[in-house]
This record gives sequence, structure tokens and C-alpha cells, in this order.
Amino acid sequence: MRLHAARLYRTVAAGTFRRYSTYRAATIAGVFTNTVFGFIMAYTYLALWNVRPHLGGYTASDALTYVFIGQSLFAVVAVFGGGATDDMIGRIRSGDISVDLYRPVDLQTWWLATDLGRAAFQFLARGIPPTVVGALAFHLSLPSDPLVWLAFLLSAFLGLLVSFSVRYLVALSGFWLIDTSGTQAAAGILGMFFSGQLLPLNIFPGALKQIAMLLPWAGMQQLPIDVLLRTTASLGGLGGVLALQVTWAAVLLALGRLVTATAVRKVVFQGG
Amino acid sequence: MAFIELEGVEKTFTVRRKRGRFTRTKDEVRAVEGLTFGVERGEMVGYIGPNGAGKSTTVKMLTGILTPSAGRLRVAGVDPQKERVRLAQRIGVVFGQRTTLWWDLPLRDSFTLVRRIYRIPQDRFEENLGRCVDQLELGPLLDTPVRQLSLGQRMRGDITAALLHDPEVLYLDEPTIGLDILSKATVRRFLAEVNARGTTVLLTTHDLQDIEQLCRRVMVIDHGRVVYDGGLEGLQGSDGAERTLVVDLAGPSPAIDVDGARVVRREGDGERQWLAFPAGRSAAPLVAAVAERYPLVDLSVREPDIEDVIARLYRGVPAQAT
Amino acid sequence: MADIRAVRPLNPVSAYLAVAGMWARSALVYRLNFVLVVVVGLLVNGVEFIGIVFMFMNVPALGGYSLPEVALLYGASGTALGLCDLLFGSIEKIGSRIRDGSLDTFLVRPVRLYPQAAADQFALRRLNRLIQAGGVLVYGLVAADVHWTWGRALMIPVMLICGTAIFEGVFTLGAAFQFWAQDAAEVQNAFTYGGNYLTQYPPTVFAKEMVRGAVFVIPLAFVDWWPALYVLGKPDPLGLPAWTHFLSPVVAGAFCGIAALAWRAAVRGYRSTGS
Repeated sequence: MRLHAARLYRTVAAGTFRRYSTYRAATIAGVFTNTVFGFIMAYTYLALWNVRPHLGGYTASDALTYVFIGQSLFAVVAVFGGGATDDMIGRIRSGDISVDLYRPVDLQTWWLATDLGRAAFQFLARGIPPTVVGALAFHLSLPSDPLVWLAFLLSAFLGLLVSFSVRYLVALSGFWLIDTSGTQAAAGILGMFFSGQLLPLNIFPGALKQIAMLLPWAGMQQLPIDVLLRTTASLGGLGGVLALQVTWAAVLLALGRLVTATAVRKVVFQGG
Repeated sequence: MAFIELEGVEKTFTVRRKRGRFTRTKDEVRAVEGLTFGVERGEMVGYIGPNGAGKSTTVKMLTGILTPSAGRLRVAGVDPQKERVRLAQRIGVVFGQRTTLWWDLPLRDSFTLVRRIYRIPQDRFEENLGRCVDQLELGPLLDTPVRQLSLGQRMRGDITAALLHDPEVLYLDEPTIGLDILSKATVRRFLAEVNARGTTVLLTTHDLQDIEQLCRRVMVIDHGRVVYDGGLEGLQGSDGAERTLVVDLAGPSPAIDVDGARVVRREGDGERQWLAFPAGRSAAPLVAAVAERYPLVDLSVREPDIEDVIARLYRGVPAQAT
Repeated sequence: MADIRAVRPLNPVSAYLAVAGMWARSALVYRLNFVLVVVVGLLVNGVEFIGIVFMFMNVPALGGYSLPEVALLYGASGTALGLCDLLFGSIEKIGSRIRDGSLDTFLVRPVRLYPQAAADQFALRRLNRLIQAGGVLVYGLVAADVHWTWGRALMIPVMLICGTAIFEGVFTLGAAFQFWAQDAAEVQNAFTYGGNYLTQYPPTVFAKEMVRGAVFVIPLAFVDWWPALYVLGKPDPLGLPAWTHFLSPVVAGAFCGIAALAWRAAVRGYRSTGS
């Protein structure tokens, strides 16, 4: 039974991977946009690091690396929202979600599998090009040790899990709100601010930096990049970072299950 | 000059097809070729054909959404592509599977928007709305948000929205698709009434009962050409259509063997049998022949299934690669 | 029936207002969400500017511009984009209308396509960006060390109107582009939101080639950079003649003209190819 379920979710993920691989024009457009943003941000950061060469413990080329890896992670981790959970929002709005609830599958795992399939494709297609282009145009501090890259991938994967759990909760709000554009916008901007997308968290002022580093969003961009740049000392090294990410992923996924149960009860007893 | 007039109208699309993983080729697809017909003012014409035959391409050209690749096309003496916006004032369109109503707002609000967009004078608007609401039984629904309406209710709303500005011609694309029987009947009754008031109607449908009940003239289009244009009766009689005689016998029996008919189906070990015979022939001699040799208990004659007739018509047309 | 036929089509502005009004009322149906969107939006839209403030907590100036001067750029660019987004922003959603076929329902109405597409999904909640950016602009105008003259004061509204028009041109070009590449809609984000991001920062920050691109290719420099050079009395990073700082109205007009031609060609193309 469990083996059967695992195979089912793998099929779901593989299907989503294939579906995203057919969106060729959209993928190219996304890479283009991420790269353009990368260039614009790169120059603003350079202006900053030219004045303060060791700001936040980064060198100028660390800062540029931060920009382009950040643009590479943009679509994969989907800090702003988007991804499979957007389809879920559509299904809640149209009421099709009730069909999903009667399927003998776990709602959260189903959508997680879908989102992982999407992320796997976007990692290959949208993740690699911006960093490659950035590395051609600027001097980036990319590590040569494959183990560091491996640790980075693990940390980015945990960031994706956290991002999914947050987006899943946002989607679930649709059971109560119908139009989720408000919660989506709020979650998107919180993500942009606290993930380090807007500005690296390590140049936030004093206490805010300490707090932001511990919030779940940090794991979506700041922490994986710090793992790559080996600037994790203030967080207890690699082990500390991963432990923090695992904790948040577990807490938020569990919260998602709890809210799912409430939402299902609402649909079953109140007819949506 | 006919009210709607097409002369040698063609529409060619360029389609990019994936050939291999990276290669793509451009193919020319003829959606419509050499389309020539006319519709008189006040007619109600059924426009039918299989999927991809070119029906909606035709309607889109008639409304000015699409520009023909070749040929001449006039609606009310006007070239639809040149004067699309002006012509829109004089036509009504219902896309069966695409509502123009506002999802979150009460039905009434959608009609108010139509009044503003089409600049309908208030008194005429109220008169037309009143009539539609009355005949389509929309009264209790006017203050209901569209998202809470059933498919049939929404369709009735869409038809109303298409008629408030007194269009001279109404194009309907699958207006009864997915509706329940009661809604279908209401819609058909209403459309007959609209046509009786002088509106020209072009009806695209898969539901042949729509045609049977509403249209005296039918055009069948396939592979972009008109393959039949005439009365429904002519269509039924044409091209080897068959009627079916259903006979109930007193007991089990082998397949009935009579001249001029063949058994197409048996049930209950031959207690009930279906005999197909040419539509042009009378059933009387056949019934007599059966009654003479078999213990006949009951019988009925079924008219040819029109869908089957059209399928037969299609088979007569040389198939093209699609 | 004759009098109906004689009726002239509704003018584009009224058509726009009619459609936009419907969308505005639709949004009010979900009252809780609407309030949430407006309140949360106002709070969190400010977050973006906080990023810039954080930068200035580390440095006294960026590319030779002080915080109030950057605030002026940020506010002007954001106000222009906000106005454009509020009034015409929906045009960027045209790709999904083409894809699902609902563009056809627009085309059978006796009104031109552009006002319908611009008013489509009109949302009052987009006021958020406008209010927030307007606030930052006011701060910039008050706090920046501007040597105010009548000319400089007059340049502010001119800058905002021209900026809105230039962004509208970018949006319209993007929409025209979507007629033949609906799936590549995101490309225009590089120029709309990317353009906004670019013009929030001083031109001196960027490589010369990027600034040249924003002057000569896609005229984003005329949204705020070039008028602001005049207002703030800053040196021109490209060393262009001073009269170019007054060119925004001409550039905006010409650019919108090009965008209008592209739009018309795209609609004509749609009508001859379908989708």
C-alpha cells in the first residue's frame, strides 16, 4: 500500500515535470527576465559594496554571487508564490477541489509531489542559466568544492519545502476567503522581504537581522546562499542552518495538515 | 442581395507543428475553402458539421473577428472586417461555452453593462429585457450572482444579453450544449419566437433536435465546404438513409428473412428485431410481408437517426488528412 | 430598429469606465478580501522602499545621490508605474484572454478592443502602489536639497504624466508582443517591473551601456532620470546636452505612437490568423 502510494506520487511529480517542460516560451521568457533583473540588481549592489567593501561580511563578488544565485532560485523556490499551489487555488475557487478530497490520496502530499516536479524542471531550466550568464559577465565567488555545492542543493531543497508549506497554507485560505489575492499578496511581499530577495538579510540593521535570520523565509534564499558562500558562522555553521530549515519545514508542514483537516471538515459538513 | 452573403470565402491558417524534438514545420491548414451561400433576412438556418469542419471559423468571419484569406463576405451589406465595431451594434452573438456575464455580480448588472456598451435607449432596454425575462423565466434570478446560476440559467442569461440591443442577426454557437431537457425546451421555444419576430438566426449545434425543431433550412459543412444545403427532409432522404422497422414477435425466432430489408439487431432470442429499409420506400409492403410469415405482435417505425444520416453524408466526401 | 443602427459606437473613455466599473464592483463582492488587500497592501508595499532605507543605513550616498534624492526617483518611477498599472495595467493580461478565447467576446462588442482590454480586471486595490509611491515622492520632494524654481516645480507633474505614458507604451508593446507569443508574457516584466526597478536607483549606479539602452532603445530614462537631472541639478552621466532633460513629453508621445502602431498591427494580425 505504502509502496503503491510512493509510486503514485512519483508519477504525479514526473507528470508535472513533463508538463512544465512543454512551456518552452514561458521558460525562456522567465530566464530572460531573471537575468535582466540580475544585471540591474548587480549594479545597485556594486554601488553599495564599492563604498563598503566588506558590508555584511560579503565581498563585492560575494554580493554579486548572491544576486545571481538569488535570481536562479527565484522560480525554483517560488518565494513570491506561483508554482503548483496556484493551480490548487484555482481548484478551490472553482470548487473542483472537492473532487480531489474524495480521491484516496493525501491532499498535501499530492500537491507537494506536483510542486516538486515543477521545481525539478525549473531548477534545470530556469535555475542554471542566470548564474551562468552572471558568471560570464562578472567575477562571482562560486566554490570549487563539490561538497559545498551538494550542501547548497540540500539547503535549497529544504528552502523549497518551507516555501511550499507557506504557499500551501496560503492556498488553503481559499476555503474561507474564495478570493485569495489578498493573502497571496501579503505572503508574497513577506517572502520578498524576509527571504533576502529584496536585500541580503545580513545587511539588515541590528536586531531585525537577528530575527529575520531565524524566520522561515530566510531558508528560502538567504540561508542556501550563505551555505554556498560558506558564510554561515553566525548561525552555527552548516549544521545549524540545516537544523533550522528542517525544523521550520516540519512545523509548517504539520500546520498545513492541521488546517487541511479543518478545511475538509468545512467542505464536507457545509458543502463548501 | 441576400442579408448574409458569402462568395468563394476561404480561410487558411498557418500552423506550426512539432516534428522532432527541435524541428518545427509550417503547415497551411484550410479551415474554410470556397464557401458560397446566402441567408435571407428573417431566415433561421442550422449550420452543422463535425468538429473542426469550419463552423466557428465561419461565424468568426461573419462577426469580423477573423479576416478571410480570400473571397467576398457581406452582412447587411457591410464588410464585417472593415466595420467590425459598427456591425457589432447590429448583431448578437452567443458563444455556448463562453459566458459574457459577470461572474461575481447579479445577473441584472451584466444587462446594465450591455445597455451602456450598446447605447440602448432606456425604454427599449426595459421592453426587451422584460420580454426576455418573461419568456426565459429569468425573473427570480435577476438579483442572483452569475456564479450561483446553473448552466441552463446562465445560457438563458447569455441569450438575453445578446438580444437586448435588437440585433438584426443572431449567431448562436452551441446554445443548448450541456443543458437539461427543460432548459433546452425553454431556449428552443424562445429562439423560435425571436426568429418569428424577424431576427435572422444562424444556429451552430451538435444537437440535431435543435435543428429538427427550429430550422427549415440546414447547411452541412465539412472540411471547409458546404456539402448540403436544403430542407431537413431532403437531408433525411438523401444518400441511402434508412428507416427502421421494429417488430415484436410472439416467441423466439431466427432472423427475419424478407426482401428489401435486413436485420440490424435482435433481442430476446429474436422476440424483438430491428429491420433497416431504404427511407424512400413505404413501410406497408414490408409490414405485410413480415406479418404473413411471422407471428407479429407489435411494430413501430423509426425515422432515420439524423446524426447517422449526416455521418453517412460525411462518408460520401473524400476524406482529407486533418 | 433604424435608430439603433444610426447610434454611433460608444466612445472609448465611456466604454473603459463602464467595464472598469463592473470590475470594481466585482471586487467589492468579496469585502473581507478587499479590505485585507487594501490594508495589507498599504502596509507591505512600503517594504520595498525599506530595502532602500536599509541600504542607506550602511552608506551615506548611492552613486552620488542622497536618500531623499533616491526617494524622489523611487517615488516618481513608482507613481508613474502605479498610475499606469491602475489605469491600463490589465493590458498585460491580454495573453490569457487570447489563450482561453475570451478575447473573441470583446471583439463582438461595438467598442474598440483597447479600452476593453485596458479596463479588463480593473482593480482598485492597485491604488496601493500609487499611494505608497506617492508618499515616498512627497518625502523626496520635501527632504531633497532642491533649488526650487517655477521650471523645476512644473517639471514634477510633467515627469509623472510622461512617466505614466512611457510605462503605458511599454505595457502596450508587451501586450502586442503577446499576440504572437502568449506564453512569453513574462518577457515584458523585464521591461515594466524591471524598468521600474532600474529607474528607482540613480543612473550613475549603472553601466553606461545600460543607461544608453534606457535613453535610446526603451526610453525608460525619460520616466524620471532625465527630468530629475534637471530638477536636482545633477550632472548627466552620458554627457548629453542639457536640452535632452526636457525631452520627456516628445519621447513619451513618440513612444506611445510606436506602441499604438504595434498594437494595431497585432490586432490586425490576430484577426487574420485567429489563435
